Amino acid sequence: MIPMCLAVPALITRIDGVMAEAELAGNETSVNVLFTPDVKVGDYVMMHAGYAMSILSSSEAQETFDLLEAMAGLDAEE
Amino acid sequence: MLRNDAFRNPAIVQKLKEKIWAASKRPIKIMEFCGTHTHAIHRFGIRQLLPPTIEMFSGPGCPVCVTDTVDIDHAIALSRIPDVIVATFGDLLRVPGTRESLLSSKASGARVEMVYSPLDAMKIASGNPFCRVVFLGIGFETTAPAVAASIAEAVSSGLDNYSVLSMHKLTPPAMRAIVDSHEIALDGILCPGHVSIVTGWKAWRFLPDSLHIPAAVAGFEPVDILWGIAEIVRQCEEGKPRVANTYPRSVTQIGNVAARETMERVFEAGPASWRGLGAIPMSGMNIRDEYGLHDARRLFDVEVPESAAPEGCHCGDVIRGIFRPDACPLFRSVCTPAHPVGPCMVSSEGSCAAYYLYG
Repeated sequence: MIPMCLAVPALITRIDGVMAEAELAGNETSVNVLFTPDVKVGDYVMMHAGYAMSILSSSEAQETFDLLEAMAGLDAEE
Repeated sequence: MLRNDAFRNPAIVQKLKEKIWAASKRPIKIMEFCGTHTHAIHRFGIRQLLPPTIEMFSGPGCPVCVTDTVDIDHAIALSRIPDVIVATFGDLLRVPGTRESLLSSKASGARVEMVYSPLDAMKIASGNPFCRVVFLGIGFETTAPAVAASIAEAVSSGLDNYSVLSMHKLTPPAMRAIVDSHEIALDGILCPGHVSIVTGWKAWRFLPDSLHIPAAVAGFEPVDILWGIAEIVRQCEEGKPRVANTYPRSVTQIGNVAARETMERVFEAGPASWRGLGAIPMSGMNIRDEYGLHDARRLFDVEVPESAAPEGCHCGDVIRGIFRPDACPLFRSVCTPAHPVGPCMVSSEGSCAAYYLYG
């Protein structure tokens, strides 16, 4: 069963038009990249119901982590 | 790439906990809208990390749970048509309708197939040209674009035997309805992370701007959730509500425009009936006229029996956040994941299933 609102991170390994191959938790899977036209091989996408819904921002992830780790402040972006 | 596991870092969890305890002075009530948040909060023991000043309430963000019994009955009636194959996400299979579930309909001969994507349902349609395949479209803004894309693709590829029973719903109208009902005086909303991937965090601006309620869009790891709660606490204490984006690795201000355009091209907003919340104007997604040949509501004239929610089931109250699952007389005694009475025990995002699994 997939939780209906849960998107999961998948690594794009090959792109052929709107269809791509991705690695998801160690398995190969197909993903439709219609909604993420800028996607590249090597990107992580958030995958839901067979579609990539967003490209994960590695810089944002690292920045968030660094920010929280330093715990200098918790000023979220608005 | 930083793995999601990084957002389970115990040291950061501890620091966020301390920050929340230090900042939280007055009692506040926070609703987590999303069922996946409810499960993560239980699974990671987040409630036990919070000070007694913070009370968490589960919201209606479980698509299976809020699907009304009449829609379940409609889907079951479609499955009874001899040349129809119903394709559905798995969670919907075991939700009790008035008389039976899709699973029991399948057991008695109906063709009901579980799929993970509308793309799988389209494959079933192309592989069965003499059958008519109906995909059960449930889900919020996270899921609706994928289903909309499948309808658009069916039109362009001439897949005439593929249609959708749209039960899709929009989340902001439901959130507003809950606040407007005043059943719980909410001080803050933890907004759904993966809905917001599509809508952008701007979709929740009405919470601070119109309703003066602090809000944070959060991810699903312990650090994400605690950061979101810390933001809400801070806004409450400072009296300055806004929408904080505590999930910036996935969520942007504007969201996924391409996904939203596809969704809006195929669907138009209309009234929808939500289990527990009743009819909410402009909260449903109906298939537009130009895609009517792929709209199962128009294609099939089925008789849906008069619907009734399961007797004794409090899912409606649970969905509104006014009733804790473990207060239901059926909970754990009669209603279990193996023998669910209501959808909140069936769904992997339902509050009753979360209470059952994690206490």
